[in-house]
Amino acid sequence: MTCRRWQRTSSVGPTVVASDMKIAVVESDPARAREIIDALTEDGWEDVVVLGDVIGLARKLSALNPDLVLIDLANPSRDALEQISVASDAQSRPVAMFVDHSDDEMTQAAVTAGLSAYVVGALQPERIRPVLKTAIARFKMMSQMRLELEAAKQALADRKTVDRAKGMIMRARGIGEEEAYALLRKTAMSQNRKVIDVAQALLTASDLLS
Amino acid sequence: MSTTVLNCGYVPLVDSAPLIVAQELRFAADEGIELNLLPQPSWAALRDLLALGHLNVAHMLSPMPTAMSLGLSGPPAQVDALMVLSANGTVIGVSSMMADAMRAKGWHGGFDNPEATAPPMLAALNRPLRVGVPFPFSMHRLLFEYWIRHSGGASDMQIITTPPPLMADAVSSGELDVFCVGEPWGSVAVNAGVGELILPGVAIWAQAPEKVLAARRVWIDDNAASVSGLMRAVSRAARWLDQPENRVLAIEILERSAHLSLPVSAVEHALTGRFATRAGGPPVHVPDFVRFYDRATNFPWRSQAAWIGEQISHLSGIDRSHAIEVAQSTMRPDSYRMHLGPLGVDMPGASAKVEGALAHSTAVASTKGQMILGPDAFFDGKIYDFTPLE
Repeated sequence: MTCRRWQRTSSVGPTVVASDMKIAVVESDPARAREIIDALTEDGWEDVVVLGDVIGLARKLSALNPDLVLIDLANPSRDALEQISVASDAQSRPVAMFVDHSDDEMTQAAVTAGLSAYVVGALQPERIRPVLKTAIARFKMMSQMRLELEAAKQALADRKTVDRAKGMIMRARGIGEEEAYALLRKTAMSQNRKVIDVAQALLTASDLLS
Repeated sequence: MSTTVLNCGYVPLVDSAPLIVAQELRFAADEGIELNLLPQPSWAALRDLLALGHLNVAHMLSPMPTAMSLGLSGPPAQVDALMVLSANGTVIGVSSMMADAMRAKGWHGGFDNPEATAPPMLAALNRPLRVGVPFPFSMHRLLFEYWIRHSGGASDMQIITTPPPLMADAVSSGELDVFCVGEPWGSVAVNAGVGELILPGVAIWAQAPEKVLAARRVWIDDNAASVSGLMRAVSRAARWLDQPENRVLAIEILERSAHLSLPVSAVEHALTGRFATRAGGPPVHVPDFVRFYDRATNFPWRSQAAWIGEQISHLSGIDRSHAIEVAQSTMRPDSYRMHLGPLGVDMPGASAKVEGALAHSTAVASTKGQMILGPDAFFDGKIYDFTPLE
């Protein structure tokens, strides 16, 4: 599959709802689309694109690269959005989805299930502001959690690399662990590099020589 | 007898027929069940409502329970297939431009020859093919990618998810070169003069499980009486649908039904197996185009699930043995035997078979003596022997 990522997750600010977010509205009824644009503009969101003709939706979204997509749950083109989530990183996609009836139990279930963007209520202009705020907030929370998870995974991997490099120095030089680490640090500092980079370079060189 | 109402999601396609017939011909009512048939606008919407418990059961693409259980599609949920609702029933078509380009590369038309069709299709354009499928996890996609991969085809195809009612428009606007879709939407593209059909899905795998009756595992475990009644009703509806003398009435019921808002005379091609592959062309007959009951079609074979798991591991990159194991666990032959055995439905001796081994219909041992299985061959003659779970 060649659909590239079209999310720009970093452009969502840390605390406030950025008014310069690019929003794509998938809605084929021109009158309804007009109402939604008006409501968004009134609330300070100006960069809004309506996709009325849904043929080639995935390709058009790829080209548009919006920060948020608004779509009604009843819209059959939802399956085309699905493809994007499969093609790219599934969870880095902020999509606000509107469910056409009020059902607390379902909202709760949806949130528990991790659907950050299910929103109860039809796609109605007066509901857009709170809905977008909620969707963006939930999306940011999920993104943050994923970032932290990634960071934790990376830290674990780095520690293993450094440990292996330390072991190699200890064996080669017949020195203790603290001394080996000090040597790694000193080398890194004198070369203005990170300890992990020096450790990685050592392992690569050793792999080449062995 | 008191009546149990079951919320049953479906996508309005010809192969939702067993559920509609079960309700309309009162097979469900006979079991004390009312099927509250809830049409869904997309597979994703149907999937999410099932995962969240708002639908009790659903008409589902056969790879979906596996994709959901592997956490690849929507909120993670353990969803099982109680029975297969239909086998085959899909078509592969190309845009008119593509058909001309294929003829220039030596394609002679025809609707039954995957080996002869692949080379001109792969040589037709000087760019990656753009292929429309209804859902990322659909038998349509698995069959198409299998066919291309086993024909030495390119891996740089663009798979583009397109809702079936929009398939013809996407072809005519030049968004798609190839489309894989369930009836009636292939015939709709042909009648609109925007494309030609090149193969039925049955030519790639002679017994491909297309749709399943799916429910959450916890719901299945907690509602044995409803599950039993539902399966009995759907099994009787499927048997009724596969009796040739009932097909004309079935077409009428489905076309008049408020449950399918399909174009007039759209149902007929699928249920008679007669197709015009191009606008104004002579009808071609496809045996076994769609099957609802015969040849143990409804039996949830673990081996069919294993094949699905293997294909999903190909396209998603997840571990093959893990995908196969999870896929097998989503098929419930245990439940099928328990609930439909007492109804007198004949059962195969084993719950897994060697997939692709039967080039022709063959009698095999069953609980009632002998049953006819197959053909279940793949176009390239490959045979898949998965170690059974049991």
